[in-house]
Amino acid sequence: MRTMLEVNDLSVSFDVYGGEVQAVRGVSFSVKEGEAVAIVGESGSGKSVTAQTIMRLISTPPGRIKQGSVRFDGQELLSLPEKEMQRVRGNQIGMIFQDPMTSLNPTMTIGMQIMEGLMKHQKMSRSDAKKRAIELLTMVGIPNPESRISQYPHHFSGGMRQRAMIAIALSCNPALLIADEPTTALDVTIQAQILRLMKNLQKQTGTSIILITHDLGIVADMCDRVIVMYAGQIIETGTKREIFRNPQHPYTKGLLKSLPRLDQSKNEPLVPIHGTPPDLIQPPQGCGFCSRCDYAMRICQTEVPEFTRLSDTQQVRCWLQQSQGGIRGGKGASA
Amino acid sequence: MVRYVLNKFLFMLLSLFILITATFVLMNAVPGSPLQSEKATSPQIQKNLEAHYGLDKPLIVQYGIYLKKLAQFDLGISMKKKFQSVNKLIAGSFDNSLKLGLVSVATSVLAGCALGIIAALYHRKFLDNAALVVSVIGLAVPSVVMAPLLQYVFAVKIRAFEVAGLNGPMDYVLPTIALSAAPIAFIARLIRSSMLEVLNSDFIKTAKAKGLAGHMIVWRHALRNSMLPVVTYLGYLIANVITGSVVIEQIFAIPGIGKFFVQSVLDRDYPFIMGITIFYAILLMASRFLSDLAYALVDPRLRLQTGRVAK
Repeated sequence: MRTMLEVNDLSVSFDVYGGEVQAVRGVSFSVKEGEAVAIVGESGSGKSVTAQTIMRLISTPPGRIKQGSVRFDGQELLSLPEKEMQRVRGNQIGMIFQDPMTSLNPTMTIGMQIMEGLMKHQKMSRSDAKKRAIELLTMVGIPNPESRISQYPHHFSGGMRQRAMIAIALSCNPALLIADEPTTALDVTIQAQILRLMKNLQKQTGTSIILITHDLGIVADMCDRVIVMYAGQIIETGTKREIFRNPQHPYTKGLLKSLPRLDQSKNEPLVPIHGTPPDLIQPPQGCGFCSRCDYAMRICQTEVPEFTRLSDTQQVRCWLQQSQGGIRGGKGASA
Repeated sequence: MVRYVLNKFLFMLLSLFILITATFVLMNAVPGSPLQSEKATSPQIQKNLEAHYGLDKPLIVQYGIYLKKLAQFDLGISMKKKFQSVNKLIAGSFDNSLKLGLVSVATSVLAGCALGIIAALYHRKFLDNAALVVSVIGLAVPSVVMAPLLQYVFAVKIRAFEVAGLNGPMDYVLPTIALSAAPIAFIARLIRSSMLEVLNSDFIKTAKAKGLAGHMIVWRHALRNSMLPVVTYLGYLIANVITGSVVIEQIFAIPGIGKFFVQSVLDRDYPFIMGITIFYAILLMASRFLSDLAYALVDPRLRLQTGRVAK
């Protein structure tokens, strides 16, 4: 299968008053054609920044792409001139944002907001674009699209706005769809509808999806592969099955333990992960998670672990998994 | 919508009534009379004059008579301007004020928006700071200072324009600059701050993610959303520029309504004072009303559905 997107050693920082926030620190992953990949992590773990960097939506300054490459369909995006990047955005890569209440222009009709991209990228005439917009609204399950098309966002409910956002993102049949917490701002029943919609549309169109979320339930529903991010780094990747059945990083394990389970007895309390993520203005020298980790060793504080391959698909960045971890740790103690 | 307009209209009538009453009372409370003059007149003549203008009747009766005439859109006869009707005096002099006012409003909005957009797009860069300097000067220097300065530099020293009068299109330049300097500055600051806010909003990110070019994003998505505060200000501005021209009209010797306003008060020309005050009040209310309607034009969320606000 063709590789759609390849992110290599990407680092992004933000220059703020207090110093340099290293939001993303050396992230590498790839997405294959037709694959759905989830990026999971808590707030501030760098998942949204990663996604927006792929689209080059980070405003610079204060943002700064320090190093790395983003190859989309063989083409390097980070060095692409702005004009050509505009041809990629919306056309080859579509994006859905978190909050449908604020992501649509309140003073423009829904139809026009869908048609804009079509007219720009597909060089469609106004009437053709309108026909296609009606088709798209039908496709995302909005009733009466002919009349809905001339309405404004405030006539739409939250769920319907997110459907409209999906219609915008998919309007030009992009090869890759980035969904940045698409259901976080919606209530649970609507969440399920939107996810089902995205899943069906993926089946129909065969787009690759990057789904950014902190909700593991969504991941189990939607994705083939999972990337777990923490403090600007990827700490574990694997297939959905591997991550849910056989998580190896203490953070991933913690995330799963903090979720309620159906087979859990009523009195059994959920286990939270204590503490807070590290300050990324001064990222920790060693493993980012070690201050919250129950299994932390001495070496965890001083050196960042490399990835350990556990299978063809699962990799984890943890000293516990490295054969020489204990030995190196011992050395560190005697030094 | 009809109900909304009707409602507004009734409120306007009510406030107009209150204003008329207050002006009438205040005007009569001020010492002096339109019939006093340097020439000594015999008590009999004085009495006859008072009877002629109805000033001998009790105030409440005078007030009633005035209202009755006003209901027939008759503002009365000026006491000082050789028996001309106030209606005609206003109609004759408002022409110049209106032209100058409209030119100034248009200049203010266009230049203000342009400066504001530039400042927002070049946030914290040289052009933003330059626009800030222009704005601060515009806001800080009052038109009474600005006008003579302009006259001195551009009419006396450089001789590019006439010092005063309003005879050709070139004569509009200096009074327009003097009148619109402050509004330009104000609008520029308004647009800049609301534009900066809009440019940081999520839907601009959506527009970028669609692959639109930068100028399209500014024109189609950002500008309209940052226009709302300006529309609010516009109603006030229109009335203010037209009335604010009182001073400017004096300085540039423009035969406009503003000049008459000042004169009528000095003369205690009762019908004329009342007439101009009412006229200004209607102007102010009408422009506020128009700006209310303009809201709905700019922001579809404010459009009304069968008399109540759509949310």
